Amino acid sequence: MLKLKLFKAEKQLLKGGTVARKLTVLDIDKCVGCQLCMFACSRRFGEGGFAKSAIRVKSMGGVERGFTVIVCRACPDPPCMKVCVTDALSLRKGGGVTLNPSKCIGCGRCADACPLKAVFWDDEANKPNICVHCGYCADYCPYGVIGLTEAE
Amino acid sequence: MMPDKILYIDLSKRRFHVRSRPDLFEKHIGGTGVAVRLLLEECPEKADPLGPENPVILAVGPLTGLFPMASKTVAMFKSPLTGNLGESHAGGRSATAIRMAGYGAIVVKGASETPVYLAIYGDEVYFRDASGIWGIGSSYTVGRIVRELESEAGLRTIMRIGRAGEKMVSYASVTVETYRHFGRLGLGAVFGSKKLKAIMISGKHSVKVENPQAYRILYDKIFQLTVKSQVMKKYHDIGTSSNVIPLNELKALPSLNLRQTSLKNAENISGENLAEKYLGRRVSCSHCPVACIHLATLREPYEDEPYFYKTTMVPYDYEPIYSLGSMLGLTETGGLLKLIDEVETQGLDAISTGVALAWATEAYGKGLVTSRETMGLELKWGDGEAYREAARRIVAQPNEFYSTLAKGVEKAALKYGGMDFALSFGGNEMPGYHTGPAAHLTFLTGARHSHLDSAGYSMDEDNAKTGIRMTPRQIAEALFKEESWRQVLSSLVVCFFARGVYKPDIVLECLKTVGFSPGITLEDLGRMGVETLKSKNSFKAREGFSHRDLRIPRRIIETETPLGTLEEEFIREGIEEFFRLFQ
Repeated sequence: MLKLKLFKAEKQLLKGGTVARKLTVLDIDKCVGCQLCMFACSRRFGEGGFAKSAIRVKSMGGVERGFTVIVCRACPDPPCMKVCVTDALSLRKGGGVTLNPSKCIGCGRCADACPLKAVFWDDEANKPNICVHCGYCADYCPYGVIGLTEAE
Repeated sequence: MMPDKILYIDLSKRRFHVRSRPDLFEKHIGGTGVAVRLLLEECPEKADPLGPENPVILAVGPLTGLFPMASKTVAMFKSPLTGNLGESHAGGRSATAIRMAGYGAIVVKGASETPVYLAIYGDEVYFRDASGIWGIGSSYTVGRIVRELESEAGLRTIMRIGRAGEKMVSYASVTVETYRHFGRLGLGAVFGSKKLKAIMISGKHSVKVENPQAYRILYDKIFQLTVKSQVMKKYHDIGTSSNVIPLNELKALPSLNLRQTSLKNAENISGENLAEKYLGRRVSCSHCPVACIHLATLREPYEDEPYFYKTTMVPYDYEPIYSLGSMLGLTETGGLLKLIDEVETQGLDAISTGVALAWATEAYGKGLVTSRETMGLELKWGDGEAYREAARRIVAQPNEFYSTLAKGVEKAALKYGGMDFALSFGGNEMPGYHTGPAAHLTFLTGARHSHLDSAGYSMDEDNAKTGIRMTPRQIAEALFKEESWRQVLSSLVVCFFARGVYKPDIVLECLKTVGFSPGITLEDLGRMGVETLKSKNSFKAREGFSHRDLRIPRRIIETETPLGTLEEEFIREGIEEFFRLFQ
């Protein structure tokens, strides 16, 4: 069932879709900090752990204060793209960017430029983990904290 | 991919090295299976639990970082409380962080001369000076400081001790991510003896599998089982505190040092009431969708300052409600939450603290200890404020009475009398179930003397419903089987709460997916569980444990269970039968 959903989301992305979607934090107060979204993101590549994750959940200074989800908000005018010296990042339909890994030299300027600190780093590949807004992570969020919404 | 790297840290020499030990992980899976072999390797015979020779072993398993609810870390050490096998499990982000840092296990040996904390970033290990945070009154504050000093929020675990650990209270705990604990058997005191204030671990390694597609399909199957089926419902909804009312009605809720098995106002401290009036937030361990960690919001006005309030988040679970609530006759909800908070602040194990205070209250009532020993503190059932002060004094140890109480209820009873109502088994204070013979046989025969070893209480509860009466031999065999299987679960390492999801066939599938011995069968798994249990037993025997020496507290015979009055002979026979199964 989950597989099918992913398939749909991916198909839509591949086609460019009729409606562009983006991943959105819907209700942060329901986040329990389970990090299933982080694991899901790396599992897209068939692996465990967080090396390829483009989303992060951390507490707001101790779990008693609740959590924050850090993920690309699909800016229409992304600062990460503007500082890329090799044009490895291009504007994605619906906001945010797509990465052309063959152009990326791993300089890390994109990660520095993002004010949300939502460009995570894959140390093993020395490349940024860029959110593609596929919504795979949202399929595993047990409490509806994150989900795909229509991009403006 | 199986974990195989072990990080060895020597606090005396301030050095570390990494060794690949596929021999251990390929043979014993991980977690408890690997930890007990490491303990046998690293802990010299008759080691002083508070000496530098006592190792602290932290182990995770092949499912960690890959599958949901494989979220626990197994700690192994020699226990300062029982003088024998120390094993404690904790969740939080500990397991994920250790695996993501690239390790299957971490071994900490030696002792530092000055306070130190460890910061482990993958391959890098730093020995940080902790003199400036040693002696801080609240374990919460210590967590806050280390959080600020170190990076990688969200990808790290911070294990730390409170004042109880520094002062080497025999049942001091290690707190993980504020509300999870290596609670039982005194790991906190072992940290304290090493002058080890905290361990921060982070990393973001990937964990590869051979067949990614098969991995994703199996993951989805387990995920669906977890979120859609009923097996996790109890932990998900009200949490473990949903036990209070049923056990009270069954007359199995140990109360007032087990002079009673129910309380008139037990509803006040029930999970239902706490959820309705106090539940403020639910929290999860890393990679677990269940969110069984329930936090109460305690709002207290300042007496001397109008319109000033203090709001505290207090974790509650069945065991602290039992030990600090019903055992002490403390059914006033706010008072119970404040006592739980004090125990958290000091870094004490909630179960042992409650049972020790319950014994002290009865001993005080009987005149075995007087206000001279308690230094003017009047211990009486239900007096939360006095118990908070007593907990602080167990840590501060201002006189001989409190420093004896800090060594556990058995040591206290040896000195002051009242052994008949000192509720400990194998030296470990009693968990919250007076359900019948199987519960007590678990406490007596379990390798850790913990209710979680073989869950006899659950067998009793079933028998109370069906009317079935088991013989000592039947109970012993069932407990042995359960404890053996739990060795497999805690080698993977999956949370025991997820045992309804991780049935043997699923475990086999998982192990195949992670590349563990492809031809493995259910029989192999069963054998490995028994072998690990035997290894624990051989460690215990080496350190002087004999089941014939086990003390059966008189009080459990005096107070009736839902399955009738227990007979000492029946229990002894059950113990004999259980240990015969090792041969």
